[in-house]
Amino acid sequence: MATSRPAPQEILLPVKPGYIALTLVAALLLNLLPWSGYWLWIRPDFVALVVLYWCIEQPRKMGFIAAWLVGLFMDVADGTLFGQHALAYTVLAYAGVVLHRRVRMFAITPQALHVIPLFLMNDLIILTVRMLGGADFPGWHYFIGSFVAGALWPPLSALLKIPLRPKPDPYHV
Amino acid sequence: MEYQAPPFFKTGPTPLARLLILAALSLVLLVSDGRFHYLAPVRQVAAVILYPLQRIALAPVGIARRIGNFFVTHSSLRTENVRLARENFANEGMLQELKALRAENARLRALLGARQRFGVSATAAEVVYAARDPFSRRIIIDKGMRDEVEAGQPVVDEEGLLGQVTRVYPWLAEVTLVTDKSHFVPVQNLRNGLRAVLSGTGSDGVLELRFVPVNADHQNGDELVTSGIDGVYPPGLPVARVSQVERSATRLFARITCTPVAGVSNHTQVLLLSAQRDLAPRPAEQANPRRKGKARKR
Repeated sequence: MATSRPAPQEILLPVKPGYIALTLVAALLLNLLPWSGYWLWIRPDFVALVVLYWCIEQPRKMGFIAAWLVGLFMDVADGTLFGQHALAYTVLAYAGVVLHRRVRMFAITPQALHVIPLFLMNDLIILTVRMLGGADFPGWHYFIGSFVAGALWPPLSALLKIPLRPKPDPYHV
Repeated sequence: MEYQAPPFFKTGPTPLARLLILAALSLVLLVSDGRFHYLAPVRQVAAVILYPLQRIALAPVGIARRIGNFFVTHSSLRTENVRLARENFANEGMLQELKALRAENARLRALLGARQRFGVSATAAEVVYAARDPFSRRIIIDKGMRDEVEAGQPVVDEEGLLGQVTRVYPWLAEVTLVTDKSHFVPVQNLRNGLRAVLSGTGSDGVLELRFVPVNADHQNGDELVTSGIDGVYPPGLPVARVSQVERSATRLFARITCTPVAGVSNHTQVLLLSAQRDLAPRPAEQANPRRKGKARKR
């Protein structure tokens, strides 16, 4: 399509590493909420969402090691095999960094369609690790969370950009 | 001679190299945790760092629960009180009977020269959350190392066996439920004393009796209690009720599904049993190369 133009980029304040860390901790907190029943089925992996967001938005600032470390914390919180989330998030971060130029060409809604396969890949890595470890296939509802995460992509990117908007200069006439 | 301009920005290793290093590290962790269980101390450290976050995440639930408690109506409290009084009365009667039976049992055992049964003490604990891992059935309770919880302790609710403690953190402990796929309980049919091994299936509310011959006498509605021969669970705890028996000549074993007696998916309070076990020393383990790491410790 010749008519499609790159999405207009807002000029935002530079992202501080502390802000990235804060959002990661907040995502971890959301994952730690006591989800149960049907909510557990549709629960998106907030940490994966935030890791991927920063890898696409700020590929130089979001390190793989940060992704790997939050993965380890997820493993401890869930009592799962040590390293399964770490592996999945690292691969996710890599995919985000590799694809960031392409994904950022698009407006925010098509971006969501781009990230859903990445979240599915994230789930698939965890599924593979667990099934190699002898677990059963938990059912197709296991993948619902990835689509929910994709649906949350536009609101999330709007939310994370709020603190980065430059403040209007009060002395500006 | 080929000349390459020095890079403007120092970026460190390429993304692919970093990915490969970290992925390899994760794989090492996975194998050493899954196969050899080396990483318990690392897990402990991470659990301590994570604990405040977990508390913060759970605070809204606690507050909501407290607010809910505040608005309980007078009439519902009264009905509950009446029900509890009635239950208490019934239990008192049973307790007296139990005391007499216990004394009699001790006397008979002494006469027979059999080993005495040991008393079981219980501590109450609260369920903090159910683990979010869709592949396993676990709950996290609010008692840990600080309260002298040990891995292997049986956990029950007011109806029957829930599972056992599998990991202990400083302030929390992880309980694997009977419905977990890797959880096995040696049981006994209450009707005829037949022994069997009950295993979880990974889905809520379904247990399975494993390796039962086709002609074994298990019927719908039979109650299964722990047999106590494993040394983990004290004997006589109700575990499950047989819900479906499928016998087919094409299969080697009968397919017997059971439903757990305890409310495995809806509970807020549980009891941790600590039995003083006095077992015969374990026989020396035979070298068996096919032994999988799934067997629970103890």
